[in-house]
Amino acid sequence: MLSIENITHSIDAWLNGTFNPTVAVLLESLIVGFCVIGLFALLGLILVLMERKVSAYMQIRLGPNRVGPGGTLQTVADTLKLAMKEGLTPDGADKFLFNLAPFLVIVVAMMILAPVAFAKGTQIWDINIGVLYISAVSSLSVIGILMAGWASNNKYSLLGAMRSGAQIVSYELSAGLSIISIVVLTGSLRISDIIASQEDGWWIFKGHIPAVISFIIFIIAVTAETNRAPFDLAEAESELTAGFHTEYSGMKFALFFLAEYVNIFIVCAIAATLFLGGWMPLHIGHWAGFNRVMDYVPSSLWFTGKTFFLIFLIMWFRWTFPRLRIDQLLNLEWKYLLPMSMVNLLLITLIAIKGWHF
Amino acid sequence: MIQEVGTTEQGDLVVNLGPQHPSTHGVLHLVVTLNGETIKKVEPHLGYIHRSIEKMCESLSYRQFIYVTSRMDYLSSHINNHGCALCVEKGMQIEVPPRAKAIRVLMGELTRLASHQLWWGAMAMDIGALTPFFHAFREREAINDIMEETCGARLTMNYMVPGGVMADLHPNFQKRVKEFINFFRGKLHEYDELVTGNIIFKSRMEGIGYLSPEDAVSYGCTGPTARGSGVSCDIRKLYPYEVYGELQFEEVTATGGDCFARYMVRMQEMRQSISIIEQLIDNIPEGQFQAKTKAVLKLPKGEFYSRVETARGEFGVYIISEGGTTPYRIKFRSPGFSNLSALDHMARGHKIGDLVAIMGTLDLVIPDIDR
Repeated sequence: MLSIENITHSIDAWLNGTFNPTVAVLLESLIVGFCVIGLFALLGLILVLMERKVSAYMQIRLGPNRVGPGGTLQTVADTLKLAMKEGLTPDGADKFLFNLAPFLVIVVAMMILAPVAFAKGTQIWDINIGVLYISAVSSLSVIGILMAGWASNNKYSLLGAMRSGAQIVSYELSAGLSIISIVVLTGSLRISDIIASQEDGWWIFKGHIPAVISFIIFIIAVTAETNRAPFDLAEAESELTAGFHTEYSGMKFALFFLAEYVNIFIVCAIAATLFLGGWMPLHIGHWAGFNRVMDYVPSSLWFTGKTFFLIFLIMWFRWTFPRLRIDQLLNLEWKYLLPMSMVNLLLITLIAIKGWHF
Repeated sequence: MIQEVGTTEQGDLVVNLGPQHPSTHGVLHLVVTLNGETIKKVEPHLGYIHRSIEKMCESLSYRQFIYVTSRMDYLSSHINNHGCALCVEKGMQIEVPPRAKAIRVLMGELTRLASHQLWWGAMAMDIGALTPFFHAFREREAINDIMEETCGARLTMNYMVPGGVMADLHPNFQKRVKEFINFFRGKLHEYDELVTGNIIFKSRMEGIGYLSPEDAVSYGCTGPTARGSGVSCDIRKLYPYEVYGELQFEEVTATGGDCFARYMVRMQEMRQSISIIEQLIDNIPEGQFQAKTKAVLKLPKGEFYSRVETARGEFGVYIISEGGTTPYRIKFRSPGFSNLSALDHMARGHKIGDLVAIMGTLDLVIPDIDR
C-alpha cells in the first residue's frame, strides 16, 4: 500500500544504499529541512486563510473572495506585498537584537516540529524524551518576544513584551502539568509510545474525567502560550496598538505572523497527539469490526482532522471572547488552573497506579 | 518615601495614547503616566480636530448654522440639529406643528438607537471582542437605510429646519420602522447573550472606573455616564421638549457607578427608545410638517438657551442675538467634553486595559469634545 511511511522508508533505503551513511544522514537532514520550510509556507497559507474565513463567518461577512478562486490566493498576495515592503528599523533600536528576534521565534517554532508525528511512521525525530523536548523548546519562544519588545525602543512594545513574558512563563506550568498527566498514564515520554498506547481508545476517553479536565486545562494554557485571544495581551491592539511587534514591518513582521500560526498548529497537533490519539484512528476497546472500518481512513487524515478541529476551536475562542486584563490573566493561572492541575495530576496518578483507566 | 498619586517621578513610564491610537476612536491624545501597568495620571490633550464650529456658526444665518452642528457629535447629528432648531424657535416664538414634533422625536430616538448600537460594538471592540462590532453595524445599517429614505442622508441627516422638518416622511417610513423594531428586539437579546452575560466581560467591567454621584455632578457629567452613577439628569424627563412630556417612558438609572452600570444604562436606554418609537409610530398626527416662517429669520435682541438629551448627555445651545440675521455669539455645551474631564479621576489606580474600558463606557466622540 502506498503510504507516507513506505515512501520515507524507500527514500531512506535508497540513500543508504547509494551513499555512505554520513552523507546519507546529511542528505536526509537537508530533505527534511526543505520539507519543514515547505510545510511552514503551506501552513501559513492555509491557516491565515482559515482564520480570515472563520472570522468572516462569525462576523457575518464574506472574507477574502477576490484573489484566486474563492479568495484562496489572498494569503499569497499578502505575503508578496509584505516581502516587497521595506523592513524598517527604528532609530535607537538595538539593531542586532531587533533583527534577530523574528528569526529566533520562527526557529523555535521549527524546532518543535521535530518530534510531531504527522502520520503513521512519519516523524522527523522520534526522540525518547519527546514531550519533555517539546515543553523545553517551546519556552524559548518567550525569549524572542522579550527580545523584540526590548530592542524596539518603543514603550508599547516593551509593555507587550512584559505582559507576554509574565503570561507565557505562568501558563507553561499548567501546560506542563497537563502533559505530565498523560505521561503518567502512558509511562513514556516518547511520542510514538504515547500514540501506541492509545490504540484501544484515546486518552481523553480512557482517562475518565481527570483526563478531560487536563485536556481543557491544556487547551486554555496553550491558547495563552500562543498569545491568542482571549489571552492576546501581548498584542492587545486596542491597548498597545500591536504590542511587541509594533515596530516590525515587511518580512520581519511576516515572520512573527507566520510563527503565531505555526505555533497554533503545533500546540493543536500536540494536544491531538496527547489526548486524541494523534494519527491513531478512533478505536473502541475490542470492537474489532468497528476498529477495522476506522483503519480504512488514512492516518494522516486522522491527524490533520483532529488538529484542524482544535485549531478551529481556538479560532472560535478568539472571535467570541473579550480580552482578559493582565492581573485577571495571572489570577486565572496561579489561583485556579495551577492548583486544579496539581490535584488533577494526583487523581491521574491514582488512576494510573490502580489501573482504573480502560 | 510615599509619593502623592499623580506626580511624575523618575522611573515612571509616560505613554502617549493617541492622537493616532485604535482605542481613542479619533484624534484624542491621552498622556498616560504609568507605574508598570498601573495608571497614575491621565491627561487628555485636545485640539487635534478643532474646527472653530462656534465661530463658523456666528457668520451663518439662523437657517444655515443648524447644519454645521451635525459635524460635532456626528453620531447624534439629528439631536444636535434639534437643539439648535429649538433655540431659534424659542427666540422667534415659532409654533411647531404637532406632526413635525412627532417626526422630530421619532427621528431623534432612531438616532439614539443607532448611536448606542455603534457604541455597543466599539465598546466590545475596546474590551477585545471584535465580532460584536460587525453585529452592531448590521442593525445600524437598517436605521441608516430608514434615514436615507426619508432624509436623503445616512449620517448627517440635516433634516431639521426652524419650525419643523425639511420634508414629509417617506410613505414607507412607518412600515420599515415597524419591521426594524421587530427585528431589533430579537437582536438586542442576542447582544445580551453575546456580551452582557459573558464572564470575562463582566469581570472586566464590574468595579472598574467608579464615579460617585457627587463626582459625577461636580465634573458636570450628563447622560448615561451620570445616570450610571445614579444621578437623574435626563432632559427628556426633567425639562420635556416636543412630545416627550406626553410619552410613557422611564429614565434609566443605575446605582453602581462603575463601567458595568454605565453599560447597563445604555442597554436599557435602547429598550426605552424602542418603546418610545412604538408609542409614536402609529400616532403620528396628520397636518403640516413645517410651520410657515419668514424667509429671513431674525432673532430679537437677547439671550436664548435650549437643551436636549443627545445619546451622550445634555447638549446645550446658547445664542446671544443683537437682532441681526446672524447670531452675535454662540456657545455649545457638549456632553463629551464634561464626560471626558472625569476620565482622569476614574482611571487612576487601574490598569491600562481598564483605561480603554472606561473610555469605552464614556462613549466619547472626539469632534464633539473639540468642536
